[in-house]
Amino acid sequence: MATIPGIAAKTDTVAIRSDNLCRHYRMGETLIRAVDGVSLEVRAGEFVALLGSSGSGKSSVLNLIAGLDRPTSGSVVVQDRDLAKLSREELAKYRLHVVGMVFQSFNLISSMTVAENVELPLRFAEVDRSKRANLAHEALERVGLRARMDHRPSELSGGEQQRAALARALINRPKLLLADEPTGNLDSHTGTEIMEMVRELNQQLGMTVVMVTHERALAERYAQRMIFLADGKLIDDRLNVPTSAPGGQS
Amino acid sequence: MKIPDLAELALRNLRESMLRNSLTTVGISVGVASLVAMLSLGIGLQQLASRRLAKSGLFDTVVVTSRRDLRGGRDEERSGPIPGESRVLDEAARLDIEHLPNVIEAYPDIRFITELRYEDKPHLTMISALPPSAKSNDAFEGMRGSFFSSDTAPEVILQKAFAEELLGKTPSRGAEEPNVADLAKPLLGKELTMRYSQRATGTPQPTYAGASNPADGSLVGASYSVVLQEHKLKIVGVADLDPESMRGPTRARVFLPLKFAESLHVMQRTDLQEITRAVSDQTVYSSISARVSNPAQVQAVENAVKKMGFNTFSLLDVNQSLRTFFKILDLFLLIFGSLALAVASIGIVNTLVMAILERRREIGIMKAIGASDGDVKKLFFAEAGAMGILGGVVGVALGWMIGRIINIGTNFYLKSQSLPPDNFWAVPWWLVAVAIGFSFLVSLISGLYPAGRAARLDPVQALRYE
Repeated sequence: MATIPGIAAKTDTVAIRSDNLCRHYRMGETLIRAVDGVSLEVRAGEFVALLGSSGSGKSSVLNLIAGLDRPTSGSVVVQDRDLAKLSREELAKYRLHVVGMVFQSFNLISSMTVAENVELPLRFAEVDRSKRANLAHEALERVGLRARMDHRPSELSGGEQQRAALARALINRPKLLLADEPTGNLDSHTGTEIMEMVRELNQQLGMTVVMVTHERALAERYAQRMIFLADGKLIDDRLNVPTSAPGGQS
Repeated sequence: MKIPDLAELALRNLRESMLRNSLTTVGISVGVASLVAMLSLGIGLQQLASRRLAKSGLFDTVVVTSRRDLRGGRDEERSGPIPGESRVLDEAARLDIEHLPNVIEAYPDIRFITELRYEDKPHLTMISALPPSAKSNDAFEGMRGSFFSSDTAPEVILQKAFAEELLGKTPSRGAEEPNVADLAKPLLGKELTMRYSQRATGTPQPTYAGASNPADGSLVGASYSVVLQEHKLKIVGVADLDPESMRGPTRARVFLPLKFAESLHVMQRTDLQEITRAVSDQTVYSSISARVSNPAQVQAVENAVKKMGFNTFSLLDVNQSLRTFFKILDLFLLIFGSLALAVASIGIVNTLVMAILERRREIGIMKAIGASDGDVKKLFFAEAGAMGILGGVVGVALGWMIGRIINIGTNFYLKSQSLPPDNFWAVPWWLVAVAIGFSFLVSLISGLYPAGRAARLDPVQALRYE
């Protein structure tokens, strides 16, 4: 695989590997093939965009990589863990320590403040209260939300909410950042802000990023690789030179 | 997740749906309150009965009789020495019984029928002697006058019925019962003359035609004469209740101090029975009452006394039956009280199932960011438990208030009926702990289904939920 100048070099270590991955649902008499034999490899430190139209299966692939869903057949191996073979408890631990997730609709808990939302994964990881506060402050500092930490999500703008969600995703220092339409509910300016942060995480921390989007322009601007899905099948997998990357076209 | 975090999140979630959770908690409180109110009344009544019975001296007393007393013919008489060879119930035996473990005192039962004259009119009645400890007997609680000034004072306490007889007030059907105070007023401080048969020792032996008197003089100590005596007694008290109500036909209506009664050497029924055995002028008692420190020790004392070769009698069986009755009563009250709590537990299930529906997405988010099934389950358990503990605490307070109000109301009614007030209600600490614990446990059980359901939620489905 070619090294793209100006961006963090991906390693040869395979972070994600799926082999003939299938996720089929039965809806009444109809069998829905949400993911139908997808085989792919993502190297550690890579920024990959999953593209496709609505119902193409890109979010389903992301959910399978996130360990939120289990494959009907095939396998998905992340950081040497075959997710299909993990117990529910092990999958929860995997989601807690290996994966950070960002959603289109932010998914912050409305009854909690921003700081409480951010430190929630640390509660599940049984981190001490004092350490938790420091880590939450640090994460919020990184996304520039330190001043809004005591606000409830409803008091924040869409961009701020997504930044809070990003801080929450990073709090356990995951190896993998999975973003499902992270800019879908944001205006273009705020969307760019968020994507710049994601790119920074990818470049500075070497975090593997898999982003689901239906906006090809966004993928072209930030992703090093674009994987196209249609009807649950992988139809194209191509390298990309991010246009917003330092040294790239902006 | 750590317990403090769990508690914090649970309380936060409960606060979020304040009205619904408060109503559910009120439901639990009402259930616990009904449980506490019912049980506190059951326990109160049991304590009242135990208190009364303990004060009556009926359940902590072992009556000891000699096997030579052939009346009755109870089973135990068939074992041990035959009556003719059994031990005499004398002062030495009394001291032996008094020294047994858990025996507070052992005193002779002095009881005789004799004539009392009041204003020159003879009245025949049963008299018995009371030890100083009888002062605490609840029969003397509402007594007019006072208890004996000393154990040797020539004083009497009358039972209400005998006081009525002395004053010539025979009770008639339908008539209102005379008040003790009215009866005591003309009698207190007055004198009664008691005529009785005294057993006098050391008098010459009478001889009868045809009787053979052994030449060795072995019958010398067993002889005595009977002398008619008279004694003035001062009336110091009139008792409303009958301290010997359980004695049936042998119950006394006039009471003397024990030491004073002993000094009179009144001829007893046993004097005639024991004449063939009494080798000295030592008094032989017809029976001895042994007071035991605790009703639970009555059986042990009875066994020890039986080993000494005497017959015993106690109301232990009655006491045990009474305890069984209260245990069953408490069980029924517990079941009825628990019904309200069972209804409240359905409220908890409903509230938590509603919470799952409302917080479906939140559960999905938590799972997506790393919460395990166990974390979600524990969170719902903690919410159910918090409602249970809170409902339990409020319920205990409410039950305490209900019990208190019932007690006040009952005493008000008793007062209107000229009856003495008492405490019918008790909330011991163990009941508080058990009620809160029970409420917590019922809540946790109620939380089982919702918590399991929340834990099993598919995070992908939950995250799609709007």
